[in-house]
Amino acid sequence: MREYLPVLMFLAVAIAFAAGTIGLSSIIVPRRSNARKMSAYECGVEPVGNARARFSVKFYLVAVLFILFDIEAVFLYPWAVTFRQLGLVGLIEMMVFIVILLIGYLYLLKKRALEWD
Amino acid sequence: MNVLPTPVLLAVDWWALGAVLALSAGILLLLLLEFFPAQARSNRSAIVALLTLAAAGWSVFHVRDAKREIFGGMFVHDGFTVFFTLLFCAAGALAVLLSWDYVKRTRINQAEYYALLLSATAGMIIMAASNDLITIFLGLELMSLALYVLVGFQRHHLESNEAALKYFLLGAFASGFLLYGIALLYGATGTTGLGQMAAVMIDSPMLGNPLFLLGGLLLIIGFGFKVSAVPFHMWTPDAYEGAPTSITAFMSVGAKAAGFAALLRVLMRAMGDVQADWIPILSGLAILTMTVGNITALLQNNLKRMLAYSSIAHAGYVLIAVVAGGRDGAASALFYLAIYAVMNLGAFGVLTLLGREREERVLISDLAGLGFRHPALGIALTLFMISLGGIPPTAGFMAKVYVFSAALNAGLVPLVIIGVLNSVVAIFYYLRVTVALYMEEPQGEPVYVSWATPGVIALIASVVLTLWWGIQANGLLAAAQRSVLGLL
Amino acid sequence: MIPLSWALILSAVVFVIGVIGVLIRRNAIVIFMSIELMLNAANLVFVAFSQHLRSIDGQVFVFFVMTVAAAEVAVGLAIIVNLFRLRETVMVDEVNLLKG
Repeated sequence: MREYLPVLMFLAVAIAFAAGTIGLSSIIVPRRSNARKMSAYECGVEPVGNARARFSVKFYLVAVLFILFDIEAVFLYPWAVTFRQLGLVGLIEMMVFIVILLIGYLYLLKKRALEWD
Repeated sequence: MNVLPTPVLLAVDWWALGAVLALSAGILLLLLLEFFPAQARSNRSAIVALLTLAAAGWSVFHVRDAKREIFGGMFVHDGFTVFFTLLFCAAGALAVLLSWDYVKRTRINQAEYYALLLSATAGMIIMAASNDLITIFLGLELMSLALYVLVGFQRHHLESNEAALKYFLLGAFASGFLLYGIALLYGATGTTGLGQMAAVMIDSPMLGNPLFLLGGLLLIIGFGFKVSAVPFHMWTPDAYEGAPTSITAFMSVGAKAAGFAALLRVLMRAMGDVQADWIPILSGLAILTMTVGNITALLQNNLKRMLAYSSIAHAGYVLIAVVAGGRDGAASALFYLAIYAVMNLGAFGVLTLLGREREERVLISDLAGLGFRHPALGIALTLFMISLGGIPPTAGFMAKVYVFSAALNAGLVPLVIIGVLNSVVAIFYYLRVTVALYMEEPQGEPVYVSWATPGVIALIASVVLTLWWGIQANGLLAAAQRSVLGLL
Repeated sequence: MIPLSWALILSAVVFVIGVIGVLIRRNAIVIFMSIELMLNAANLVFVAFSQHLRSIDGQVFVFFVMTVAAAEVAVGLAIIVNLFRLRETVMVDEVNLLKG
């Protein structure tokens, strides 16, 4: 059980820190409430209208492109874990994989798919 | 920690992988070339695509007699792979030639169009060469995703978009079934390799194992969608009608052949011991597919839709060959698919020439009188119709003869009787096209023919092969028989 | 340790929900989400059997399925967005030009 001691200590410190800061701020902070502060977001923008409004289709394009390139990481992780065993062949194969994706990326840059306007 | 073995690829392996490598390189090259803008009517992309397909076919042909298992047995290079690789490369090349003028006329983005066409071809080759359910699935998805986009390529056309939507939703639905089937098979046998699966089944018979049965059934449903067997055919007429005609030509041939290639390999490599389970299912599918396809085709007025139902019916004939099984059955399936590829590409090829910019003429009544105004085109279309109908002396006749005789030798008399009756029904709607060509007066403005040299070359090649294989089919048949030896 | 049968039952339920969703819903996006449910049900089977059989193949398969699903999302949503641009609807029963 000794090896779990650092984990326990870390846990204790984390809980103490979180509880301490929240507790302290609840004691010393002044409370002056107003309507603006009670709204859903207090970042200064008045939330107006229905949240089910239609989004610009540009968000969709960026999101889809993000997913396509993000999924690359799924294959990078197992490769990174077994990097030493796979050796040079693994490195070359991964480079081929990334170069193919890179060409796709260059193509969509060329097609201006990432420009907002 | 065990050290993973470094894959050792011999020179022959590189040749065998050459088809997929060449196609991948071609796709990337097409995209990179877009950094140097070409003129709108440039032929650059089409030429790159043709050269890529030629390189792919040549690479595999170069080592056609070798038999190799690559990537731990996931990818096999044998006669079967060579046969289908050459078939897909040839179909791809004919499709490029047929697209040549069509894509310019309809203002399709050429680089992306040809890159997707090559991707679909690569997917088909991977399907045929796979000896593992993982790679079969990946090949199938590579092919399907590329085809979904190609079908919807004319994205400002309502029809093209609708076809893509229907094809996509039903295709993805089918992929779900296929994948779940693969997952269950993996659970039942503990492997996804077809060879290992067969080995597992020798030790522990799977006949009657519910997990295995359900998995196999879902797998057949998934493949049934891809080869458009009834009752999984609903997407076919819509997708074929809405797609750009050059793509209809390509997918009606390539996707079907690829589906049958994967199905044949799975059934013969892994499922040989459970024949009793799948033979009744596939026989039922074959009967339904032929009958529904042919009878519905009778009712069509749109030539593209009629050919779509005809392609469904042809899938039924190939299913008879698959059910017959063994060396003769599998060989006759390959033989049929090759001949079907040529005559169907030809029939759709004639359609790509009809109409002009932003206007497609694909009703059977549009053909009225065409046989007299353009005799060559009329004769070519008539030949393809006769061949599709299975009338001698054309290749289509030989194809049917070999399929039915293989089925007779396997003792499938009822299937053969239904098949022959269906062939008779089919002749009616194929002849209707010929009647329109020669015996009807054109109503309204006669259809415009956009002559283009590459398309004409593709048509001449199809005509020659349809006639040649109708008279002298031994070479192709021998090749098909050699190709299936590796499966048994 | 969760028994294999639980995972299989859960995945079967998810798969059937997906199939029913495809068959009865008319919104293309919802149909598409149902298809994703089917794929994920298959993933669950792979992972469960991978654990049960002590073989890594199943997990590798899941990686590929995830990639394929991402690619399918890109293609599928592109088609559906294009449909909406052309017709202002994503209801599949209103998409009926092609028939015969």
